[in-house]
Amino acid sequence: MSFHIPCPNCGARAIEEFVYGEIVVVPDSITDPDERNLDRAFIHGNPEGPTSERWFHAMGCQRWLTLRRDTRDEQIILTAR
Amino acid sequence: MNEFIERNVRLSWHAAKRSYEVVIVGGGGHGLATAYYLATRHGITDVAVLERKYIGAGNTGRNTTVIRANYGIPEAVRFYQRSLDLYASLEEETGRGITHRQKGLLWLAHSETGIRAERARAELNTAFGAGTEYVGPDEIKKICPQLDMAGGGVWPILGASYHPGGATARHDRVVWTYAEGAMQRGVHIHQRTAVTGLIMDGDRVTGVETAAGPISAGAVVSAVGGHVTALASMAGLRLPIRTHPLQAFVTNRYGLGFDPIVSSSNLLFYASQTAKGEMLLGAEIDRQPSYSYRSGHHFLQSCGHRAMTLLPFLRNLRVLRQWTGVCDMSPDYSPVMGKTGVGGFYITTGWGTWGFKAIPVGGEQMAELIATGETPDLIAPFSLDRFARDRTMADRGSAGTH
Repeated sequence: MSFHIPCPNCGARAIEEFVYGEIVVVPDSITDPDERNLDRAFIHGNPEGPTSERWFHAMGCQRWLTLRRDTRDEQIILTAR
Repeated sequence: MNEFIERNVRLSWHAAKRSYEVVIVGGGGHGLATAYYLATRHGITDVAVLERKYIGAGNTGRNTTVIRANYGIPEAVRFYQRSLDLYASLEEETGRGITHRQKGLLWLAHSETGIRAERARAELNTAFGAGTEYVGPDEIKKICPQLDMAGGGVWPILGASYHPGGATARHDRVVWTYAEGAMQRGVHIHQRTAVTGLIMDGDRVTGVETAAGPISAGAVVSAVGGHVTALASMAGLRLPIRTHPLQAFVTNRYGLGFDPIVSSSNLLFYASQTAKGEMLLGAEIDRQPSYSYRSGHHFLQSCGHRAMTLLPFLRNLRVLRQWTGVCDMSPDYSPVMGKTGVGGFYITTGWGTWGFKAIPVGGEQMAELIATGETPDLIAPFSLDRFARDRTMADRGSAGTH
């Protein structure tokens, strides 16, 4: 799927200019350190709906931005530096 | 499924019972094959397959139908070779046509590193029974005369591994064949029946909630594609799965005939010809996780460009249609199947970009697991707990595209 990301520095640019970066969240309910490491390494929340993530503007300003995106329809809700 | 097919495929629909021995969630290839092998190999016919939309609506009807066993790790080669054999005999076994065509698959190398990788693949495949050989440029040219051996001056073709067992089959026919075979033996298939929850008794799964009411079951199997994370979380499981879109497209008819399946790891594309004569092209998954079925122009542009580098004749063809499926990617690019640690709940997921070719073996092995309660040797390496045991089945190099 192709869509545009509104980069705070460069304006709206095609997604192909960016590199995806996940924000790893280990739930607080997991307390065992080994379990937390396992979760951090392999487990994904894989949310179906709005989710926060990082994108690196590799072919633009070379800065990271934070994006809130709906994984059901690729709607971008907001971006921040 | 339209009326024509309803008339020609002998499907028989039933009202849902309140209780089944086995409930399979997901009416795609893996779910239906599991039901089919439960009925045919183990005589377990008190089975229901619950499908949210219609059978084969998800990724089983959206893949690019490549069947092959030339994987990069012994466990996977054995597993997919079994699938290849089951596919080859499926028409004979069921008396139904799935347009199975053995075509041979060329995996191209464009560099010294690529040659080493393809030589290693050929050796490993041969050692574990998948019959792959390393071939040089002269033989490649014979197998696929359309290839530009200079690779547009950028990606010269230096060698390849040739996997004669590589095949294709029509994906919707595979769905109907398994559905029909299962139904004839008494399996119930319920379309437009979404599972909204799992019924738990302590830490055991004892049934499913649907819009039409609860259904209790001795065993619940998740054969869900795309939304498996949500289903598993109802049983308190967190999965190592991320769902990514994957796009593909077909061109109009290529009249001259294109025999093999051609793929290139460097250029991340693969091409084959459908039974109708269309050229079918696919590539790698989109980088961002998403459940969206929307297709994009950038994919056509980049995949088309890469494919034309090696297959210049594609320039004269037009794109007929494109589509998107969603792939459940596991961290090590291998499936996740078997017991889950939750009683009465089995899972078959992580089918990423390699699900279609594994339908027969996935169904057969899951059926054996459910019938006997013992994990078969063939799928033991792919258990969910391998990540906690630090026994990942890393095979990105040969599973990444198709």
